[in-house]
Amino acid sequence: MNTYRIKHLRELEAEAIYIIREVAAQFERPVLLFSGGKDSIVLVHLSLKAFWPARIPYPLLHIDTGHNFAETLAYRDRLVERIGATLLVGSVQETIDQGRVVEERGVNASRNVLQTTTLLDTIARYRFDAAIGGARRDEEKARAKERIFSHRDEFGQWDPKNQRPELWNIFNGRKLMGEHFRVFPISNWTEMDVWQYILLEQIEMPSLYFTHRRKVFQRDGVWLADAPFMMKRQGEEVVEMDVRCRTIGDVTCTGVTLSMADSVEDIVNEIAATRVTERGGRYDDRRSDAAMEDRKREGYF
Amino acid sequence: MTHNPTQGYLDMELLRFTTAGSVDDGKSTLIGRLLYDSKAIFEDQMEAVRNYSLRKGNQDLDLSLFTDGLRSEREQGITIDVAYRYFATPRRKFIIADTPGHIQYTRNMVTGASTANAAIVLIDARNGITEQTRRHCFIASLLRIPYLIVCVNKMDLVGFDQKVYDEILADFNLLRSKLSFNDITFVPISALQGDNVVEKSGMMSWYQGSTLLDILETLDIQTGLNYTDARFPVQYVIRPHDDSYHDYRSYAGRVEGGVFKPGDKVVVLPSGLTSTIESIDVFQGSLPEAFPPQSVSFRLADDIDISRGDVISKVDSLPQISQEIDVMMCWMNLRPMKAGGTYVLRQTTREVKCIVKELYHKIDINTLEPGTDTNNLAANEIGLVNLKVAKPLVYDAYSRNRQTGSVILVDEGTNETVGVGMIIG
Repeated sequence: MNTYRIKHLRELEAEAIYIIREVAAQFERPVLLFSGGKDSIVLVHLSLKAFWPARIPYPLLHIDTGHNFAETLAYRDRLVERIGATLLVGSVQETIDQGRVVEERGVNASRNVLQTTTLLDTIARYRFDAAIGGARRDEEKARAKERIFSHRDEFGQWDPKNQRPELWNIFNGRKLMGEHFRVFPISNWTEMDVWQYILLEQIEMPSLYFTHRRKVFQRDGVWLADAPFMMKRQGEEVVEMDVRCRTIGDVTCTGVTLSMADSVEDIVNEIAATRVTERGGRYDDRRSDAAMEDRKREGYF
Repeated sequence: MTHNPTQGYLDMELLRFTTAGSVDDGKSTLIGRLLYDSKAIFEDQMEAVRNYSLRKGNQDLDLSLFTDGLRSEREQGITIDVAYRYFATPRRKFIIADTPGHIQYTRNMVTGASTANAAIVLIDARNGITEQTRRHCFIASLLRIPYLIVCVNKMDLVGFDQKVYDEILADFNLLRSKLSFNDITFVPISALQGDNVVEKSGMMSWYQGSTLLDILETLDIQTGLNYTDARFPVQYVIRPHDDSYHDYRSYAGRVEGGVFKPGDKVVVLPSGLTSTIESIDVFQGSLPEAFPPQSVSFRLADDIDISRGDVISKVDSLPQISQEIDVMMCWMNLRPMKAGGTYVLRQTTREVKCIVKELYHKIDINTLEPGTDTNNLAANEIGLVNLKVAKPLVYDAYSRNRQTGSVILVDEGTNETVGVGMIIG
């Protein structure tokens, strides 16, 4: 026995920083995929720590569906200015205008799937060879099987049956021209770890995560935020409730939770007591049992 | 014990453990039990699994569905790949690397074992020690997992009989001389009914030991790490190019062995240049010491040539340096390894070309005995090989340090990771 002990959040942090530095060392043109959600905010924080006192040696990329919460964009712009990073935006609206994809129709229309084309187009345009993402293995069963350094072929596709073995802490980022990697430094974190880390590190979070009054309506048991582009079915009534977001994505697929939590401590306590996973409120995952695996194969986040 | 999540989080440690096996020996039931009893399975996951089980015509809840994530795995009803699962108790956070148990998935068992501090091996009380039991133990031992926990499962099906349990322990002792664990613990359990998993069994008063969860919560996490031989493979050089940090230069990496302090005399390998640690830097500050597995950066007193792949060490415990190494190799790819083949070798942060000079012999993974001499190593086979590398490697024997003693081989054409190895010397 000795005194050289390290607590679990610091061990997860050390692992994530190691992975982030491997990206900077192994790739020529990395990028960080920034959604404005808690996981990508933690990735930015970990990146600041990994290279201090130097700046983060890669830009942030936001894939903008055009259906954002206003608070997300305000937070994003403030953060970018504070850390002196470069922000790139890939616009789903532009992809639609170029005729690369066709907008979904109907009440459940979402630009969630369309994002994949915008993401792959943007990666190709800037010739990014590694895209750092905030996906975690505890989120979803297909993600539980994905490598930390996850290979994408020249079409941006993931082949779950032909993944590279990943052992110890040796990460193989070798690739052919035109291929790229998705890298997930917080693969081994749970939702609870993320919030506890935010609490430990006092990271400033967007107001959407804390309780606020909002116009919402209920669909198939999920509370959705109202917005001008949200089509309602007959009988779907808009009401004002005290809610917060448990995950933040596009307005069309982000369910909100009825909650009075107004501090990170409250959120940690709320998560400790909850019996539903965070993606249980994500409308995009409900499309089929293997919805995430199918989207990931095509090149989704 | 009451638990306050906002206060308790600073005191938790992280334990990584691995399990191997198939649905038959109750592995999925055991994991399902650990996840369920520690509230890591949520209502919507439960509902999804219940719906899927019903659709497949199963009346009982199939707990393996919590771990089998990919469409092809669900269709075939088997675990193919390594799945990582997470749960926490007020004392620890756990990461389970859940792997299939069949011999054709040896490479996945090896993968799961590579980062584990403990391995759980399940024995069906009705069948006793089988070839699969031996294989799981040998792989865990080869990968130098410090702790082995042997769960004698399905005790309910043998009437919770102590005699059955004792006989299995006696059989197991015949294996012991071939295994290199720091400690082996035995627990009689029933994963299905929960006996001795989380709650102490009321049916086996003859068993005086701890429950499985107790064992997982208390075994010493530090044992897998080396705190004596100072090793710091350089990952990345930090240079801000910034007015306020004009001449700043630090070497970023992860401490893979020993303890470093400011003022320590260090030697950079393989160049042999020496300097002194001026400061151990972290975000907006510095540390009085650094130890495994911390990610930090070193500033040195002298301006010497250091780049990625170099190892910062101390003269009192130098690593080995050689262009020729013997490696226990597990082959991962469908195209076999051939003697005379060339590959890219990766070890810590170093990348170098290598050639397989000789395959001494294969290892029979069911007996751990040397097998026949041969010229190639097929997927899922393990063998002792001799490698020649293009530039000197800085390394330790795997038995001394799992991080500086491990290598992977990459195919130069496909870039796939085709082999993984543990350095013998």
